[in-house]
Amino acid sequence: MCLSIPSKVVKIDTERNTAIVDTMGVKREAGLDLMEEGSVAIGDYVLLHIGFIMNKIEEEDALESLRVYREILEKMDEEERERVVIEDDNCENRGNS
Amino acid sequence: MSELQLKDLYDGFRDPEIIRSLAKQITTEAQKLESPLRIMEVCGGHTHTIMKYGLPQLLPDNISFIHGPGCPVCIMPKERIDHAIALAKMENTILLTLGDMIRVPGSKTSLAQERAAGYDIRPLYTPADALKIAKENPDKKVIYFAIGFETTTPMTAAVIKQTIEQKIDNLFFHINHVLVPPAVDAIMADGKAKINAFIGPSHVSVITGAKIYSPLPLAYKTPVVVSGFEPVDVLQGILMMVRQKVEKRAELEIEYTRSVTMEGNTKAQTMIDTYLQPRDHFRWRGIGDIPYSALELREEYAYLDAEKLFAELLPTEPIDDHKLCICGTILKGLAKPMDCKVFGTACTPNTPLGSCMVSSEGACNAYYRYAGVLE
Ligand code: SF4
Repeated sequence: MCLSIPSKVVKIDTERNTAIVDTMGVKREAGLDLMEEGSVAIGDYVLLHIGFIMNKIEEEDALESLRVYREILEKMDEEERERVVIEDDNCENRGNS
Repeated sequence: MSELQLKDLYDGFRDPEIIRSLAKQITTEAQKLESPLRIMEVCGGHTHTIMKYGLPQLLPDNISFIHGPGCPVCIMPKERIDHAIALAKMENTILLTLGDMIRVPGSKTSLAQERAAGYDIRPLYTPADALKIAKENPDKKVIYFAIGFETTTPMTAAVIKQTIEQKIDNLFFHINHVLVPPAVDAIMADGKAKINAFIGPSHVSVITGAKIYSPLPLAYKTPVVVSGFEPVDVLQGILMMVRQKVEKRAELEIEYTRSVTMEGNTKAQTMIDTYLQPRDHFRWRGIGDIPYSALELREEYAYLDAEKLFAELLPTEPIDDHKLCICGTILKGLAKPMDCKVFGTACTPNTPLGSCMVSSEGACNAYYRYAGVLE
């Protein structure tokens, strides 16, 4: 099952049209190509799919999902958490179909 | 991460209390159904959730699931996997694709076997890496074998855009992007599966908007509920369709309002439309030829189209599945994995005979893992 963990935008690189997002403490780069210019701001919550930001989510919904995910992820160490988060983004169950 | 920890993680989302109370509510309301509800979940992600959480066992007998064709790896016909292999075997070539695709058997071998034999075949985490790999290997042809439904298509379009803008001249595309609505239409037109309700894919709809399903309730008088992937989402979706049936409604509803709107991501839709156009025909594994059910590069981008540039190397004859494999019948909703003679014996996730056993979205794979076959 896919978790669809919301990510928070922490940095935007307008030059490369990418963002650095934080998914439960794991930071990585995501393409902004699919979002209208200027529609994503620092602090927004977004969903990723195979390395691109796919949509924005309301803060309220995002925080509610994050609360659930956090309880579980807190029990893991850094390395485990990183793996889970990355697996989630790459999840083919949600992804390709 | 060990299997056990992953399981713990998933279990956190299985709130037994809510699941049980939703199932009870469905059971009560389903008593008012005049005829059995035959629900097709189009998307492989839903198949996975339904099997993993044992939803069929929680629901009354007059509700059953038919597993649809929404697994991009499962519907890829062998001749197109042979294309990927033929491309990978060209001189000075790197072939890129996503995830499970490399394990699906073609007519003779899979991409994974060819990689083991020494060809440069790489599964990608993100198609954006294709740009990087092309730039790092200027003296090689880099080919992206693009797969997936509407969810994954805009990412390919974005990479095509950047290839053009950055004037990268050694990156080519073999496009296998397929479309949900024509496949659903083909199954409904066939009529044999007697489907009378749909769970609409969630992440496809994030991109396309739920609007792509609006013809379905009109054409076939079936409720369509776009639902999220968590078991609670699926059950809520089912409750919504039971209510529609009882109240004699056939409407398009969205359960997954967290992420899905009617309109979807219009920027992504425009991006797809700029570079890709519907293909006259695409042969779906097991289902057969469906007109306008897939995309191809537009004529003006033919110079990026690996399928055109290297056409003389690529087989054109359709290649059928292994004689014993009934994936096609399963994808059409006319059989269950257990009906296959080799399910769980000659065909397992480690030794897949057919494509439905390869991806975790495939019906055979989900049944093998979760239907108690291992216990
Ligand atoms: S069990 Fe294997 S051979 Fe049988 S239908 Fe499924 S994928 Fe095909």
